[in-house]
Amino acid sequence: MRGRSARAIPPWRTALRWVLARVGGALLVVWLVATIVFFALRSSGDPLEAILGGPGSQAGPEAVEAARREYGLDQPLVVQYLLQLWRVATLQLGDSYARRQPVADLIAEQLPGTLLLAALALAAAWALAVTGAIVSTSARGRIGAIVNATLRGIEIVATVMPGFWLGAVLILVFATSLGWFPATSQGSHPAGLVLPVLTLAVPIAGFLAQVSRDALLEADAAPFAVTARARGAGEPRVLLRHTLRHASLPALALSGWAFGNLLSGAVVVEVLFARPGLGRLLQDGALSRDVPLVIGAVTVVAVLYVAVVVLTDVVELFVDPRLRGPRPAALRAPDVAVGS
Amino acid sequence: MIRRLGVSGAIALAALAVLLLAIAWPGLVAPGDPLAISPAEGFRPPSAAHPFGTDESGRDILTRIVHGASASAGIGLAATALGIGLGLVLGFAAGLGPAWLDAALGRIIEVLFALPTLVMALLLVAVLGAGAGSSILAIGLATAPGYARILRSRVRGVARSDYVGYARLEGDGPLTLFRRHIAPNTLWPLVSTATLGIGQAIVWVSALSFLGLGSPPPSPEWGAMLNAGRVYISTGWWMTVFPGLAIVVTAVVLTVLGRRLAGAGR
Repeated sequence: MRGRSARAIPPWRTALRWVLARVGGALLVVWLVATIVFFALRSSGDPLEAILGGPGSQAGPEAVEAARREYGLDQPLVVQYLLQLWRVATLQLGDSYARRQPVADLIAEQLPGTLLLAALALAAAWALAVTGAIVSTSARGRIGAIVNATLRGIEIVATVMPGFWLGAVLILVFATSLGWFPATSQGSHPAGLVLPVLTLAVPIAGFLAQVSRDALLEADAAPFAVTARARGAGEPRVLLRHTLRHASLPALALSGWAFGNLLSGAVVVEVLFARPGLGRLLQDGALSRDVPLVIGAVTVVAVLYVAVVVLTDVVELFVDPRLRGPRPAALRAPDVAVGS
Repeated sequence: MIRRLGVSGAIALAALAVLLLAIAWPGLVAPGDPLAISPAEGFRPPSAAHPFGTDESGRDILTRIVHGASASAGIGLAATALGIGLGLVLGFAAGLGPAWLDAALGRIIEVLFALPTLVMALLLVAVLGAGAGSSILAIGLATAPGYARILRSRVRGVARSDYVGYARLEGDGPLTLFRRHIAPNTLWPLVSTATLGIGQAIVWVSALSFLGLGSPPPSPEWGAMLNAGRVYISTGWWMTVFPGLAIVVTAVVLTVLGRRLAGAGR
């Protein structure tokens, strides 16, 4: 998907195709989410029981009747499936059984906090990754080799570092021992955001750094960089005007993936730092087996993902002018392989 | 052998040996009982008697970590096996099937891959209920798209390569092609993918347990220990740090070995 979006996108016909492809992608996401939910509910045995909070739920007869009607459980399977599809497509998220509140309200209330956290973490990851890439490409000679090896090691450890442990260690060092930052986080209070944002950013930064370092090294040896140096451009100028832009492309293309990863991480981080948000809502929903709430949250996450992919596509257009007009194939951005 | 592994590879291999010993024969590494409580010994910081300290019920953390290795690694292994199994079916169907199937499955795999792993796992756990079995199912299903994605591109690469083309020209049927060329060339690289995957799966499964959705409390499973220690994070750091360290070290070891294997295969 990412590779495809990094192709030439010129006049209105290609632009239209691009829009259609994105809309198609969004519809596919909706269909998949609805289908997964449908089969997951049926695989649990009794879907009605699952919706109402699992075995031993305390649902009254009117709640049972309401859920049966809402999900069309007295209808044939095909109708139930289409109904599920329609509900997801029109973002009808229903009511949370456990909290007796509309799911949409609950999510709308918690979403801004999580978005703020994810956006800050993505920015921090970018800053860390780009700094790492610049340091490791500009360090030369023997010291450069040592710096490089160290950075590579840090990157591997950072990439596999689970948020629940990194966050715990950060709390122990910076909250319990040093007392620099609070161990809990709420809203947009800046001091409380530092540790959660770091916890989320480090693993992603490790991954982005690996990708952008390779791209920066490649751009550094490219003819245009050599020419710029031959014309007498200094290193900062070569970096800022020529190579950095290239180095940011693969990492930029990965930002959609990184955002998804951030939402996974947000569940753990919000629980660890007792921070209200979509992730805590999800954990709470899974713990109390509040299926409508969890389905709603997953649907919103899927929609968010589509939005972020569109956004990164647009940013890519700004960063890489080659994508704006048809050009010889040799000049196109390299296809990026995404690791899992 | 050691030279080819490099220093980091050799250290990783040694650590893996310790881990395997803990899984195979936990009593030899730590002779104590992981479940024996002695409330008078509770909340002890690390000391000579308890190198990793004790938890709220006076259970020795080191003993629990050693005895929990088989549970954590077992759940991670099972989830990876499920994920790779599903990935194999999807990847081979897409890579070897007709063009329309490949186009359809390819799209679906990409979208599923994009859904955050933990979010998908939470959806499945909410429906199935918490527990070790659900963790395996949830993480297995949530990681399958990633494997399918890798396998699809690998199968396509091999199926379109020249040597498969020549073998086909020589009259090899689809079954022979699959058995002699496609399967060996796609399955062997899976060893490194699986090694990396088990490390990742152990982290995901621990995350579920950390959230209170995995193995129930008295179990010495690493994630469950983290979840229990979370409450005491400011007073008993050792209850969180050491089980977490076991997870991190295991994941790093498997990642380093997986990368070495991938490098050796090239």
